[in-house]
Amino acid sequence: MDLTLSPNEQAFRDELRGWLADNHPGEEPTGDEAGFAFRVEWQKRLHEAGYAGVSWPEQFGGRGATLIEQAIYGEEMARAKAPSSANVLGLVMGGPVVIAHGSEEQKQRYLEPILSAEEIWCQGFSEPDSGSDLASLKTRAVKSNGGWNVTGQKVWTTLAHVSKWCMLVARTDQDAPKHKGLTYFLLDMEQDAVQVRPLHQITGEAEFNELFLEEAYIPDENVLGGVGNGWAVAITTLMHERAGLGAAAAASVKIALGQLIELANERGVAGDPIVRQQIASLLIEVEALRLNAWRGLTAIMKTGVPGPEGSLPKLQWSAVNQGLTELAVAIQGEDGLAKDSEWTYRFLRARANSIEGGTTEILKNIISERVLGLPKLR
Amino acid sequence: MNFDFTDDQQAIKRTARDLLAQRFKPEAVRELSEARRYDDAHFAELADLGWTGIFIDEEHGGQGLGTVELAILMEELGYSLAPVPFLSNAAAGLALQHAGSDEQRSRWLPGIASGEARGAAGLARDGEGSLVADADSAAVIVLFEDGAGAVYEAFDCEIEPVEAIDATRRYARVRPSGEGEALASDPAPALDRIATAVAAELTGICQRTMEMSVEYARERKQFDRPIGAYQAVSHRCADMLREVESTRSTTLWAAWAAEAEPETLPLAAAMAKASASDAGWNVTSSALQVHGGIGFTWEHDLHFFLKRAKVDGALFGSAREHRERVAELSGLGAAVPAGG
Repeated sequence: MDLTLSPNEQAFRDELRGWLADNHPGEEPTGDEAGFAFRVEWQKRLHEAGYAGVSWPEQFGGRGATLIEQAIYGEEMARAKAPSSANVLGLVMGGPVVIAHGSEEQKQRYLEPILSAEEIWCQGFSEPDSGSDLASLKTRAVKSNGGWNVTGQKVWTTLAHVSKWCMLVARTDQDAPKHKGLTYFLLDMEQDAVQVRPLHQITGEAEFNELFLEEAYIPDENVLGGVGNGWAVAITTLMHERAGLGAAAAASVKIALGQLIELANERGVAGDPIVRQQIASLLIEVEALRLNAWRGLTAIMKTGVPGPEGSLPKLQWSAVNQGLTELAVAIQGEDGLAKDSEWTYRFLRARANSIEGGTTEILKNIISERVLGLPKLR
Repeated sequence: MNFDFTDDQQAIKRTARDLLAQRFKPEAVRELSEARRYDDAHFAELADLGWTGIFIDEEHGGQGLGTVELAILMEELGYSLAPVPFLSNAAAGLALQHAGSDEQRSRWLPGIASGEARGAAGLARDGEGSLVADADSAAVIVLFEDGAGAVYEAFDCEIEPVEAIDATRRYARVRPSGEGEALASDPAPALDRIATAVAAELTGICQRTMEMSVEYARERKQFDRPIGAYQAVSHRCADMLREVESTRSTTLWAAWAAEAEPETLPLAAAMAKASASDAGWNVTSSALQVHGGIGFTWEHDLHFFLKRAKVDGALFGSAREHRERVAELSGLGAAVPAGG
């Protein structure tokens, strides 16, 4: 056991830390458009330095970082409060899924513009009637001269309004069992048959969109991983969404807890025994989250399979982030409910944490069935 | 960054799991517990294997290994619920090894390492230890109070057996009649290691009761289905896993920090014991709920685990006390003294 960084890992961290100190672009400007343009510029700078696709293999323009290095990358970015990349879904999901399932031509065509943020990607999985039960989705693709005509509705499509490509899962075989009749497509968003509408959330902003498809056209060469194989390809995408995020999440929540402690000191409640117990519980939970994430990575690197602890960080992160924002608002009493306060925004936004990227209930199903081997409900 | 055990550490874990499974079959644990006694041959065997002195310097008859190796053994001792006076002896050993003078170490550690003159240790209030494990069979007793520690010869103490809810171990009230001898240095590093060892034992108890619950939830059928197919039950089991793994992670971190990063030990040990004390109760009581009525019977083994976990949760500081230490170390302003 050695919970310190190896010399290579330390070199990776020091280099990144130094680079961030020299290249941090400062505060993100307010306003959706200005903010997005800022993140595009930031990603281009990351890409020039080889820090855009850290997890991608070198032959595809990435850095070929180990899982531990990816976790270090996530921690350092959180620590430096660096802005996120413009093309976050392309980098975290789109690229890895093309690398895993794409043809040579597809790799040539799609990968570089993801890294350079020339083409932004979004994800068309969830539908109004298909949330946790994703495989029940109804958007249908019908064969038509050299391609497919797609009709249906998608929801929660972050970045759809600025995207060139959508990772779209649609039903291509109505008669097959629900997991078997799906196909994974790369949909060109630049066509009239695709309509994007902003979806306003409880914070008042519109971080997500709804997507309406009315006979949108997708050529055959934009099928990824074969017709009828969409479920398996989609699962790869979702696994990429979860792998290695734990360490980064722990780092950013730790920063938030530091701010909560400052707030408690400022508001004169640091001596309150109940507040002290609550803050200590959150600190312990974050440390457990961080350690579970690292232990999970160690297990994957050693055996190729994640250990039981690897299924926990998402669940723990959402609980801690909700708990700490609730406490921050509670500490401020009536002042905590002013609409323009940063904590109030975070408090409301955190409500989504136990839903987005897999609800807490679905994650517990996965733990009980796949980790503990309990019988399936169905 | 590597959370894995070394090959040697893995071998210690495997040996411990196998041996303890043979020696402490559920019937054996039950028989000893119901009689509230130990079998001396068990402890002698663990001493022969070098377990009792695993963390003690070689010059004092130990193996010279560290807190990680001790934590590995403690987790397995918890998993098997072994009725042996191991934790108490280890706690006294840690106190002397990490806070004793040279003279105190040479005087007491060899007996603790060989198991021939065992130690016991506990927290005291107004000079008296109210629940000290195995004080009635110890040669030397260490009591900690208000950031100081004192060493007593057992024959200088009035020792009154206490029947605690945990029947798998013997406990006593200890009233020293003499002054004792102060530990030479700050006992905090010793107390942090002891808290880590108790946390490791709790990890093992939680792991075992979680496994018992999962097995039962797979087999027990109601309304024509295994109860584990109902989410009210399966999500309870998923929550057990979260507590077990989080406690294991924080405990291993503390055990590692003890030797590799001592400046982190106070925080890590407080987090480990707070997490373990809570998990110990949450997991075992949740396990009882999964078992339903049968789990409430004397005939089922679960209650032996639940009671040991409850006592371990209080030994060397409760979850609340360790959380307060975490708060102190976190940069929160000072606690307001009562009435202040």
